[in-house]
Amino acid sequence: MATLIDMFPEPFSVEAQRPWPRLVVSREAWQQAARELARGEAILFGLWGDTAAVHMAMLHEASGEILVITCECRDGRYPSVAATHPPALRLERAIRSLHGFEPEGLPDPRPWLDLGFWERAHPRASPSPKEEDRGGPSRTPYAFLPVEGESLHQVAVGPVHAGIIEPGHFRFTANGETVVRLEERLGYVHKGIEGLMQGATLARAAKLAARVSGDSTVAHALAFAQAVEAAVAASIPERAIFLRALMAELERLANHLGDIGAICNDASFSIMQAQCGILRERVLRAADACFGHRLMMDQIVPGGIATDLAARGGAELDALLAEIGRLFPSLVSLYDNTTSLQDRTVGTGKVTPELARQYGAGGYVGRASGRSFDARKAPGYAPYDRLAFDVPTLADGDVNARIWIRIREVEQSLSLVDQIMRSLPSGPVRVELDATGDGPREGFGVAEGFRGDILTWVRLGADGLVSRCHLRDPSWFQWPLLEAAIEGNIIADFPLCNKSFNCSYSGHDL
Amino acid sequence: MHRLLFEGLARNPLTEPRPAMDDAALAQLAGSVQRAARARLGRSLSIREVDAGSCNGCELEIHALNNAFYDLERFGLRFVASPRHADVLLVTGPVTRNMREALERTYQATPDPKWVVAVGDCALDGGIFAGSYAVTGGVSAVLPVDLHIRGCPPRPVDLLRGLLALLSANAKSP
Repeated sequence: MATLIDMFPEPFSVEAQRPWPRLVVSREAWQQAARELARGEAILFGLWGDTAAVHMAMLHEASGEILVITCECRDGRYPSVAATHPPALRLERAIRSLHGFEPEGLPDPRPWLDLGFWERAHPRASPSPKEEDRGGPSRTPYAFLPVEGESLHQVAVGPVHAGIIEPGHFRFTANGETVVRLEERLGYVHKGIEGLMQGATLARAAKLAARVSGDSTVAHALAFAQAVEAAVAASIPERAIFLRALMAELERLANHLGDIGAICNDASFSIMQAQCGILRERVLRAADACFGHRLMMDQIVPGGIATDLAARGGAELDALLAEIGRLFPSLVSLYDNTTSLQDRTVGTGKVTPELARQYGAGGYVGRASGRSFDARKAPGYAPYDRLAFDVPTLADGDVNARIWIRIREVEQSLSLVDQIMRSLPSGPVRVELDATGDGPREGFGVAEGFRGDILTWVRLGADGLVSRCHLRDPSWFQWPLLEAAIEGNIIADFPLCNKSFNCSYSGHDL
Repeated sequence: MHRLLFEGLARNPLTEPRPAMDDAALAQLAGSVQRAARARLGRSLSIREVDAGSCNGCELEIHALNNAFYDLERFGLRFVASPRHADVLLVTGPVTRNMREALERTYQATPDPKWVVAVGDCALDGGIFAGSYAVTGGVSAVLPVDLHIRGCPPRPVDLLRGLLALLSANAKSP
């Protein structure tokens, strides 16, 4: 296939969306696109509802080309993508629950995100739904997938878990100790962020985007800022571009260090958590010293960054790199040489390369299963075109591989921080954006968070307010793979598998 | 591993001194801690953390309390896996409608005497998420709250101050 856009020779119209076009296509072309996704010609990159239409983002992996197509929902219906391409399933169930659109042929019509507690069904339908739609919370019990067979038992876990983690429900079906099926039920932390975005000022919307998932606050704020800047065709100062990348790499470092320790801790190897916890804390303190916030929340804003790097930032970062560079190699060899630990991680929670590719799994989940996609490389964004780094990949797809990808990415991020500091341009760090315009404008942002690729789509009204926004966390395409990874493993290894994925509940539930 | 352990023995601890007491938190707690609690619990509290819709930012900083710098357990405070073992519920998030029932059940499963500490700006009144169809608007809309620790997210040292205030109000109550 030459390019994605060749798939649609006669779109109804081409909308001015930057930096990639959005084609309004016929139902037939929409169904054709779903078949192309199923054939592996393109990767499903996002699928979301609008006032009277659904949009689908597709990625051509080799070239990094992204295309968005739109299917108008006549009578609130459109042809289901999941009917031919399963990775779209939860996205379409969510669209159905939130917007009330009916995906024709949807293989699984059970609600998603809507757990029955909202006052009304389809809270994001347009025009606004009437209260009497459902008459308050629904009490219809959720039907988990049926399981049949002798000697099977079920274990229900959550939403409140034993650790200090986010809420979600896991329904295990086990045969003895072996898990034969895991079914996830998510949505407990659904806050209605996309609904709150509607009509928000850019400043408020940026704050909301920064709270989609706290561990990826930098990456989500970056994707949102890029989408807004694309929509209004603004360019931001060079120094801001580099400092954004600096924050993104610090965030990646902090999360990977925390995760390496936490995964080992779930295999009862607590010395690794203690040691990695020290390094993680050092990263957060350096971030605090540089930008005034440990997680660097609200530092990336449309137009640049909120505050310039503190004067002592350079020295803090030098000390940080030296400290991690001194201690991290001994932790890596500790992991590498502890066979009792590897006994738990090697061969546990396997994701096949086929599944990782079919679902377009990003980040370490994809890379540990042979999928090398990294949004910093393709489609790519500044300043990474001017920085040297590798995207590590492995093919084993087990917990061990996901740890090693994190280890290699820590090393890459250390190098990137060093490169950024040595090539940091001087100058202003923010431009004032004028978001008002003649009419609606749309923009797209893609950023590589520690967990994988984040996609943000925004439509600005003539008044400069956000009229519509969609924020797609990488977790959407990783959560389903966790169900596959745990199959055939023992229940006791679930925390280990789950932590090695470390999917975001909040980023998914939104 | 041996080398790491020996190095740990040889160097000074990273653990930092306890932070100064938070007077505002003490004042807020004054009425809520009773003699019975002192008698039963002494100076040790078990904490059950409940995420009721947070963005996970607060959880990251609560986690940090266990690292070598803050070392929460030296104060007799520890995180437990079940509400049935807990004296304190540490609740984050604006309390989504989807988590409300789970939070109420967790509270009911916690034996008396018990305290509720709401952590983070959105746990106070819904914060930036207030007004959404999907949130109730803060922990106090659902449970009686004894202490609010503000911040988005609060720094670990602020969390520590708040929790130490709880411990000390518990110890000082007449």
